[in-house]
Formats: sequence, C-alpha cells, structure tokens
Amino acid sequence: MSSAAKSARRSLQGLVWIIVILFGLLTLGVTTHQKDASFAPLLGLDLEGGVQIILKAKTTGDVVPDASDMKQAVEIIRKRVDASGTSEAEITTQGDLNIIVSLPGDPDQATLDLVRKSAQLQFRPVLVQQQVFASSVVLPSASPSTDPTPSPTASADTLTGSDTSATPTPSASAAGADTAGIDTMSPASEVANVKTAASANPSASPSPTPSAAPAVTDPAVPTNPSDPAWITPEVIAAFAALDCTDQKQLTDVPLGDPEAAFATCGSDGQFKYILGPVEMTGTDVATASSGPNITQANTSDGTYAVFLKMTGSGGTKFADTTRRLNGLSSPLNQFGILLDGVVISAPSVTKGAITGGDASISGSFTQASAQQLANQLKFGALPLTLEVDSEQNIAATKGANELQSGMIAGLIGLILVVVYSLFQYRALGAVTVGSLVVAGGMTYLVIALLSWGIGYRLSLAGVAGLIVAIGITADSFIVYFERVKDELREGRSLVAAVEHGWRRARRTILAADAVNFLAALVLYILAVGNVRGFAFTLGLTTLVDLVVVFMFTHPTLGLLARTKFFGDGHRFSGLDPKQLGRDVIYKGRGRVSTGEAKDEPKLTLAERKAQKARASASAGEKE
Amino acid sequence: MANLSNWGNRLHSGETTYGIVAHRKRFFAVSVVLVLGAVLILVFKGLNPGIDFRGGTEYTLSGVAGASTTIAKDVVIEQFPASNPRVAELGDSDIRVQLDTIDQVQVAPLAQDLADAYNIDVSEVSSSFIGPSWGEDVSNKAIQGLIVFLVLVTIVLTAYFRAWRMAVAGLVALLHDLIFTVGIYALSGFEVTPASVIGFLTILGYSLYDTVVVFDKVKENTADVLSQHRYTYDELANLAVNQTLVRSINTSVVALLPVSAILFIGSFLLGAGTLKDISLALFVGMAVGTYSSIFVATPLEVALRDREPKIRKHTADVLALRESGGADVVRPDGTVRVGALVPGHHQGKAAQPKRKPRK
Repeated sequence: MSSAAKSARRSLQGLVWIIVILFGLLTLGVTTHQKDASFAPLLGLDLEGGVQIILKAKTTGDVVPDASDMKQAVEIIRKRVDASGTSEAEITTQGDLNIIVSLPGDPDQATLDLVRKSAQLQFRPVLVQQQVFASSVVLPSASPSTDPTPSPTASADTLTGSDTSATPTPSASAAGADTAGIDTMSPASEVANVKTAASANPSASPSPTPSAAPAVTDPAVPTNPSDPAWITPEVIAAFAALDCTDQKQLTDVPLGDPEAAFATCGSDGQFKYILGPVEMTGTDVATASSGPNITQANTSDGTYAVFLKMTGSGGTKFADTTRRLNGLSSPLNQFGILLDGVVISAPSVTKGAITGGDASISGSFTQASAQQLANQLKFGALPLTLEVDSEQNIAATKGANELQSGMIAGLIGLILVVVYSLFQYRALGAVTVGSLVVAGGMTYLVIALLSWGIGYRLSLAGVAGLIVAIGITADSFIVYFERVKDELREGRSLVAAVEHGWRRARRTILAADAVNFLAALVLYILAVGNVRGFAFTLGLTTLVDLVVVFMFTHPTLGLLARTKFFGDGHRFSGLDPKQLGRDVIYKGRGRVSTGEAKDEPKLTLAERKAQKARASASAGEKE
Repeated sequence: MANLSNWGNRLHSGETTYGIVAHRKRFFAVSVVLVLGAVLILVFKGLNPGIDFRGGTEYTLSGVAGASTTIAKDVVIEQFPASNPRVAELGDSDIRVQLDTIDQVQVAPLAQDLADAYNIDVSEVSSSFIGPSWGEDVSNKAIQGLIVFLVLVTIVLTAYFRAWRMAVAGLVALLHDLIFTVGIYALSGFEVTPASVIGFLTILGYSLYDTVVVFDKVKENTADVLSQHRYTYDELANLAVNQTLVRSINTSVVALLPVSAILFIGSFLLGAGTLKDISLALFVGMAVGTYSSIFVATPLEVALRDREPKIRKHTADVLALRESGGADVVRPDGTVRVGALVPGHHQGKAAQPKRKPRK
C-alpha cells in the first residue's frame, strides 16, 4: 500500500477517534448526571422561552466604565438572582456598556425587579432631616408616638464599631431612620417608620440649623461634607418640592451630583433629607451581614443588628467620616445610606470614630429588616448605574414554533444540497453527503459539549448560522472536487489528480476558511445581542469544516481513487475522464487507459500522436 | 449535468472563453449603476428600521389563528391612545402588535390585557420592550465590527496573496456587495432588525470567500507571467475567471439552497422573524457576491495591475511578438487561444517521475 493510502487511513482513524472521544465524553457527562450535560444542547431564550433583560451602564460623556466595575456589577446581579432562587440564569457583559441577564422559563415579577434595580449605594452625611407627615417640623415628641418598636434608645439606630479593640466604647444611641427597603427586597418593613431622634432639629424648616442660615445667603465654601454651607437655595427649593408620599419619588430618583448636596426622601416615605456630598460608595463596603445584636456583656438583647465590613480604603474613609460626625449634634451626626438615591438608613454616630473597618448598625431592627438592609448593603453595591435598555419576554410556544420551523428549513436545505451534489457530481456527491453527515455529527457533539462545559445556548440566530453553514461547508468540497477535475483535465491519473488537486485546493480552502473564521470572530467579539449566537455557530462550523475536509473528505477521496469504480472513471463516478474532455489517461508504467478502447488494439505512442494530430487538424484547433 | 461539465471542459481548456476581463469597462459600468441605484434607494426611500432600532414595545400573540387584528388595536388604543399601534398577522396563527415606547412597568399589564382580549393564556404572549438607545448600540457595534473586519481582512489578504492590489480589489467587491444588498433590502421594505444586520455582516465573510477562490486561480495562472511571452497578464487572469466559472456557479448554488430554504420557511410559515430577516440579506448578498467575485474583483485587479510598468511592458512585448508572427497561440481566424497547456509540451522538471529513495 502506498504511503498516501496509509496516511489516508491514519487520518480516517484519527477522525473516528475524535468522534468517539467527543461522544464518549458527552455520554460520560450525561450518564453521570453532570449539571447541564445532556444529549440535547441547551436552547437560548428565544427558543426556550424566558425573559431577557439588557441593562446599559449610564455614562457621563464618553467615559467608559471600568471593565472591573462591569464585572463586579455582573457578580452582584448574579448574587441577587441566585438569592431569589432562580436557577439557570445567565448573566454576561457584552461590549463595554451592556449587561445581559437571561432568565429562562417564567420568572416572577419580584425577580425581574431585582434585576432591573440599578442599585447604587452611596453614603452621604445628613444635613437636614424632616418628617413628612408631622407638619413641617420634626418635633422630638412626635417620634415616640409613631414608634412601633419600643427600644431602649428611643428606637433609634446607631452605628457602632464592631471591632471592640478599635472602638473601646461601643457606641450609642442614635437617631436616624432605619428604613425599610427598597421596594424589591420586601415591602416596607415595620421598622421603617421608626423615627425618633430626629429629635434634633427644632428649627427644621428649610434652612436647617441656625448656623446654616447664614451659609445659605453667604456663598461660603464648605469646609467639610457635613458643613451646612453645602445647602444652596436650589437644594432648598428641591427639598421643598419633594413629595415623599408619591411612590414615584421613591422608585425613580436621579442620583444627584456626588459632589454637592442632595435632597431626597427616605425609602419609607416618612422623612425627607438634605444630604452632603458623597463620602463613600458601595464599592467601599466589602460585605454585610445581619444577626442578633450582641451587647457588651456578650449576650443577645433580643434585637437585631446589621454588621458591615469595609474594604481597606473604605475603612479609612469610614473612620475619617465617623470621627467627624461623632462630634456633631443631631441630625448632623447621622450618616445617610442611600440606595438608588433614596435613603434606606441614616444611623447616627455618637460613640466615637469607628476605625477598624467593621461597624454595626443596631436599634430598631427586626430579623427580617436587618437581613434586608444587610442584603441591600451587600448586593446593592453596584459600582455603576444601570438602566433597562431592552427587555424581551418570549413565550415558550413561540420559541418552540420557531425551533421547529428552523429544523424544517435546515432539513429542506440539506436535502436540496444533497440532491444537487448527487446530480452534479454523481457518485462523488456521495462523498459530499458523507462529509456533511460527519460535519453535522461533529458540530452537534461540539455544541452539546459546549452546552455542558461553558453553558453555551443555541439561539434561533445560531440555528440560522448552522443552516447557512451547510452551504458554506459543502462549498469547500466543491472547491476540492473541481480542482481534482481540473487536474484530470490536464491529463493526470486519478490518484495523482487527487493528490495534486488536494495540494492546490488545500491552500484555497485554508485561505477562504480563514477569512470566514475571521469574520465570525470579529462579529463575535464586537457584536451585541443575538448576532453573537450566529457568529459563534458560523465560526464553529468553519473549524469543523476544516477538520472534516482534512480528515474525512480528502482521505476518503484518496482511498476511493484507488478503487476500480472511480479509478477507471466509471460513467457515474463523477470523475470520468471522458466527460472531462480527456479520452486517454496515463495510468503509469507505460500503461494507458482509454476508457472505451478495451477491445481495440493498443496503439503505439507514435501512432496515437499521429492519430491525434489528424483529429485535431480536422476539428480545428481542438486539443 | 453533462452539458455543464462539457462547458466546464471547454472553459478549462480555453476552447470557450468569455472576455470578462477584456470587457471590464462594461461590467464596471453595470456595477456603478447598481451601486448608485442602491445608494439612491437608501437616500430617498431609506431603510425601514425595526423596533430594535426605533425603540418601542412589541407583543407577539401565539396561537390566535383567524382572530381579528382590530381587537388588539382597540385594547391598545383604549389604554395608550398616543402609542400609535400597528397590528399585523404573522404566519398563520400569530399576531404582532407594535407600539411606541410605553413605561416599562406597564408592559406586563398590557400583555395580560391582550391575552384576555384574545382569550389566550398570558404565557402565549411574547413581549419586547426596547429602549431607544439599544438600536443605536447595535448599529454602532455593527459599524465598528465592519471597520475592524475590513482592516484585518486587508492585512490577511495582503499577506496571503502578497499583493495589495488583490486585497484592494477584494475589498471593493465586498463594499459593492454590501451596498447593493442593503439597497435591495431598503427596496424590499422589510424591517431592519438585528437579524438582518447579522445577514449583512455575514456577507462580508461569504463575499470574500468567493473572491479568494477566484483570486487563488488568478494567482496560480499568472505566477510566471513575466517569464513567458505567449499570453498577456489580462489573458491569463481572464482564463482563471473562466476556469473557475463552473466552480463559482456550483458553490453559489449550494450555498444559496439552504438560504432559500430558510427564506421560504421564514416568509411563508413564520412571517417576520429572525430567520426571514437573516435569509433575505444573505440570499441577495451571496448572489451578488458571486457576481462580484467574477465580474468586479478580478477585472478590477487586472485594471490595477495593468498600471504597473513591468506588466505594461510585458503586455506590449507579447503583443509585439504576436504581431511579428512568432507566437503559436493565434488561431487561423486571428483570435487568440488562451488555455491550459496541453500534454505534449514540456512541463518542466517537476512533472518528471522522481526516483524513490531506497529503503
């Protein structure tokens, strides 16, 4: 056996091994019940049904958010979704600005709200606090009456260092509304309305503290974030215009300039605030948790607290701020925590600076409200603002219909290609069909494995990519076959023509596939939305095409060329030299095949030449 | 088949030759007219942006065969009088309702109302809410992708063919295909959706695929053009186009068959949707891509090469030789037979049998 035939057999064996290994892997995954391992590839939302939400980071000007910020935002959204118990959610970034959240099936409204919530956490010092219902002034006496949970310190929340070594005197009572949360986490908690120590501010009308009044008229430069000089007439106007009983004011709030004072509502709608510039953001919070409040005596007093852990730099900022706040009078000693521009908690700092980076908020929490605030602090800390850019809700039946239609289209396309190949290339067309089957099988295995491995989901656009790929894959076989035919026309024997044609076609196929793959790659990297699914399958099938042409089509043809049917140029082999305009082929070792001329006496070379010269003279300049 | 095969034989041997390169001005004129026409359509008719590009809200109600579309219109108008609803039937059992952007929290209640009005379960209603900036994103990304792709492809093609003229000609053919396809798309009045953008972008790859195949043959035929004086560069390039004609036809038919299957299914069974949008763009793009690889890319490449002094000199030399009667390629009737070498001529040492090393 010639070395060419040997290497052809080796290639085919290699291919068989590849397929066996791929199939074995998949079977192993399925039989051992690995997550997502299945013989049916995962389907995208547009086929399976579900909700896809595309969030877009709000940018100021041309500033592109940091890639790490985006990654962090994805992490946070994933945690929120996981916490809601939704499985199989897929959350990815796309491009610089978009986050795509895919929730298969029929997720409930609360889960969707969780995702839509952009949730930016800000920490601003409180400058003015005012109770909405109690006329215009917060009277100290007003609060106890509204307080549903009597607590030792008049139901206030306090911000305390939990690292006792750092803050020897765990801090104190406080004022401040610990509030409930933001709509999604749960409807307002009962603690929410606890307001007390707002006690403060008797002069609470728009201009907050006596000392602030001059500052309003005087455009003094504020010396620190707690300086009432931040309060400009515009802020006062905005403050006066706030109607915190309007739900809209609580859900759709602009974040305000981080470098200026900001008027907003408490999330319970009971208080409104003027706050100083942003001192910390959600990224400064490492984590948060909740649990029973531990008193100094190391016993639980039956109340709950939220424990905060700052990051390194966050701890420093936090220490600076709490040091300053500690010395101030209420409400200036309150540190407002804002989620999406609404104050969710405003504990006061009365027991000294908190320097360890660990803090706790205690006071009027129930277990649920403490948990909620902790979640908001932990998961709410998106590093950037996101808004819903597009939201699609696909009914499962619609997806199933489209998948079915796609399959039918693919089948029709495949049949057409097969019929055309057989018609055009006769027996050679069977090689095309075989190659397509192998390519289809490999593509299926790879997609099923990718579903399992990286959670790839086949979308409708991906299905379209697969169907289009049928044609493009078959194209490389045609390039190859036509090449072989060209070589036959030039008078080579079939075996030689296959080898020769292959060498030339290989270059062409490689170059053309490289261009196709490049297009798919660029599309995949740069594109948004379902363009990617298409690019993915197109790129994948281009690679599969290369493997199949190199390891199946060429070796098969190489072996077939050695059979009698093809080698002698049977009429239906598709490689009949006579049909290719050549009546004589050189078979090697001085033997010549002339197709029909089996009975005719063999002519000598000279006789044949003479005969041919006569023939060509009579037929004009034909060869 | 036999006919196509015989025709292929004659084309290969040079017995039949179409003067595609020689008549390039004619084809250039056709292409210029086509592209100008496409541009005019784009300017005056314009593309019909789909909801993904306009922003808005869309509902698809499944399984409502035979139901009236006015029901949906009434439901929407009642709640959102200014939302400009457009209701259309999709395929045979779906209804699509498109309206302007409404507040995002109102999307789900309206879906429920529509489901009630048609007496179907709300799970049969698909909805899309698309912010106005989303489409801008898609188009920006598409344009960005296009530019990056063109730059990369120029580099790859230049490196592969070692000839920048081929890269330029390939890219011009590519733009030709793209503009023409987008023009046809505008003419058809189909909505432009992200799926049709996919189609447009895929044409990039396919159009070049075709061009690469033809150029490969051109390059092969003209590799030693300067060391022979039988044929001019133009003639050899033209031969390459003729020799790849059958191949081009076969590859495009095979590529178009599945695309037509999607187009057919997408248009008649599903109505508007991803499949139809992709396949219309692809169908037009692939067809014109085949045309341009034959009638635009190669002639353009030849036109560029002809400006090169050494090619111009070579062409003059070849023609002078023929004039003097020293060439063996002129037929008795004065035409030139450009074709592959036939056996009997010396094919160089490479064609000789090689001795195998003894083992």
